Amino acid sequence: MVVNVLYFAALRDVLSSEGERIPLPETVHTVGALRTYLGSRGAQWAPLLEWQNLRCARNRSLCGWDEPVCDGDEIAFFPPVTGG
Amino acid sequence: MDVVRVQSEDFDVGAESERLHRAADEVGGVVIFIGTVRGGAVRAMTLEHYPGMTEKSLETLVEEARRRWSLAAVTVIHRFGRLLPGERIVFVGVASRHRAEAFAASEFLIDRLKTEAPFWKKEETEEGTRWVEAKEGDEDRARRW
Repeated sequence: MVVNVLYFAALRDVLSSEGERIPLPETVHTVGALRTYLGSRGAQWAPLLEWQNLRCARNRSLCGWDEPVCDGDEIAFFPPVTGG
Repeated sequence: MDVVRVQSEDFDVGAESERLHRAADEVGGVVIFIGTVRGGAVRAMTLEHYPGMTEKSLETLVEEARRRWSLAAVTVIHRFGRLLPGERIVFVGVASRHRAEAFAASEFLIDRLKTEAPFWKKEETEEGTRWVEAKEGDEDRARRW
């Protein structure tokens, strides 16, 4: 399974990455598990685990951490929004 | 009839207001909220967004407002990019038969937009630049709906 991951705003700055297209191990079935997997790859990615109030979206809709992940999904991680 | 736009350029408040007001014969009132960049310590503000999701989230909010209230026309315009103090950021306009629906729907739209639409503000001040933190009060206001 391959997913397209996007990072926005302060999270993107801290990770020094706008996103990545990444193949996932068989064990990753939810957005929360994806976050843990991505954040466990070393110091650069640790902020994904440490970030308080991180938000996520699957295929451009806000979702919860137990949201399932499917092949080809676009999964975004970002801090709480501050528009308006 | 409804308009959702995400754009870097400014919008014409008069033209948008006129369009809402002329949207249907039964329009009895138009409520408009305009958000602007506050002056003071902030020299400029850069708004980032998530193209594709931004439009989708605003359209979803407009659909929800339409399910809750009887509305003649809705316009939501949000800017992105670098803006200076006094510049307009967002336009929320609602036309309806009676004012109560228009007031309620416009307040709902801006409250929920502030916690659901994927925009992020970065402020430039004398001390440097910093990402704006979400306010707990905004979450409370959005939860009222």
